[in-house]
Amino acid sequence: MSASVRIPTILRTYTGGQAEVPAEGDTLAAVIESLEKNHAGISARVLDETGKLRRFVNVYVNDDDVRFSEGLATAVPDGASVSIIPAVAGG
Amino acid sequence: MRRKGLAIMAVQTVAGKSTSTSAENPQETPFGPAAALSCRECGTRYPLTPVFACLECFGPLEVAYDLPVGDPEGLRARIEAGPANIWRYAPLLPVPADVTQKQNLNPGWTKLVKADNLARELGVTGGLYVKDDSGNPTHSFKDRVVAIALEAARTFGLTTLSCSSTGNLAGAVGAAAARAGFRSCVFIPHDLEEGKVVMAAVYGGELVAIEGSYDDVNRFCSELIGDPIGEGWGFVNVNLRPYYGEGSKTLAYEIAEQLGWRLPDNLVIPIASGSQLTKIDKGLQELIKLGLVEDKPYKIFGAQAEGCSPVSAAFKAGHDVVRPVKRDTIAKSLAIGNPADGPYVLDIARRTGGAVEDVNDEQVVDAIKLLARTEGIFAETAGGVTVGVLKKLIETGQLDPAAETVVFNTGDGLKTLDAVSPTTGPTATIRPTVAAFREAGLA
Repeated sequence: MSASVRIPTILRTYTGGQAEVPAEGDTLAAVIESLEKNHAGISARVLDETGKLRRFVNVYVNDDDVRFSEGLATAVPDGASVSIIPAVAGG
Repeated sequence: MRRKGLAIMAVQTVAGKSTSTSAENPQETPFGPAAALSCRECGTRYPLTPVFACLECFGPLEVAYDLPVGDPEGLRARIEAGPANIWRYAPLLPVPADVTQKQNLNPGWTKLVKADNLARELGVTGGLYVKDDSGNPTHSFKDRVVAIALEAARTFGLTTLSCSSTGNLAGAVGAAAARAGFRSCVFIPHDLEEGKVVMAAVYGGELVAIEGSYDDVNRFCSELIGDPIGEGWGFVNVNLRPYYGEGSKTLAYEIAEQLGWRLPDNLVIPIASGSQLTKIDKGLQELIKLGLVEDKPYKIFGAQAEGCSPVSAAFKAGHDVVRPVKRDTIAKSLAIGNPADGPYVLDIARRTGGAVEDVNDEQVVDAIKLLARTEGIFAETAGGVTVGVLKKLIETGQLDPAAETVVFNTGDGLKTLDAVSPTTGPTATIRPTVAAFREAGLA
């Protein structure tokens, strides 16, 4: 399973400035693990010390906020677009 | 792109250190007493640049200050001699000392209305006030936050002013940009009230309606800012959010000054993202720290509409995180299903002994009418939410009616006519004769 992951500006230092990178995995957790393999350090920015999504990170699989589905266990279909976005905007 | 790239590099260089760009002479720097940006989660400090999320933990950044402590009398006198707008508080804001010389809408210093009639209706005996922010240039409190963001945009050399908005902010950004000679391009959900859409469009900037909810609009803006298209853009509530939020502190300053430099016992504040409530608390704490008011306890109550009440739900469940919800309420200006500052609102309500409560749409409409018929103030739906929640808090024993209370109206009812028009209209339509008036039972 392959997904395309959109990287926010503040994490692009880990992806050599790339705004979008490919990753493998059939769940969000697996996709983040795959990201970490190719872009060391990125996982610790997205997940906290206990391995959960940080509370100020929003992640969307296609158009769905994973907090409305299964969080890190959310299924990532082949060809899906995953977006990582800082949650502090708005209001 | 070049500008943002440089900003990020600078941030990385100093991440983890305490930096101060204003140490030499705070009043002569573009950000006055502001010293740095600081992460609310982990405390990492960054220079004053257009960044909004912590590189370490994604936490929100806010402005940290070297405030002018030690001379409360002198500071009070200086404030009192200032203009009748938010710039009287310039010594406490991230703006230059000569901010009054710039092209800005100069919002603020709105009325604090002693609401004796409403107090009688609700059984409040300790004194009740309405902070009526519909008196701002575009008729909502958003002019305050945009005024600060505009000055930051000017300092950073940004040329387009933008935002994601539930309506009020779009109008405030459009107007401020028009006045200051900026380009504006603002984004709203497609299903807003007509009054807010027209008000956002009339200033001549670009207004883009997005097919989706406010949370979809917000997500779109967060992605746009990372795209080369966003080069030179100041999204007031995204990359300028740390500065923007500080504008809400002026509500706290004004209330204290208008009460004769003292704090009320209770404040009932609407919650959309929660930014306003957290910054009012920050302002109150600063007033105490600076010795401008006596240090006394106060309680902060948050108000939501039942159809979009993620913070209220979390408060009642005893949670310290906020689970996002899909929204369904007439209070569209508060319809943020994923409120960025929700966790901090919970902290503040619990720390001060307040609460977070919600009311349904029918109660919102009733409260709009109650405020209108008792005090002559026509509030938008957010004002209906706060007044409705105040009533509910009293009825459920959560708010002491013998304590002095300030309830917030953050926008003008003319913007949300749809909410009341189905149940509000002429008492009778008659021929222009005395007889007809009598026949209608009105004599």
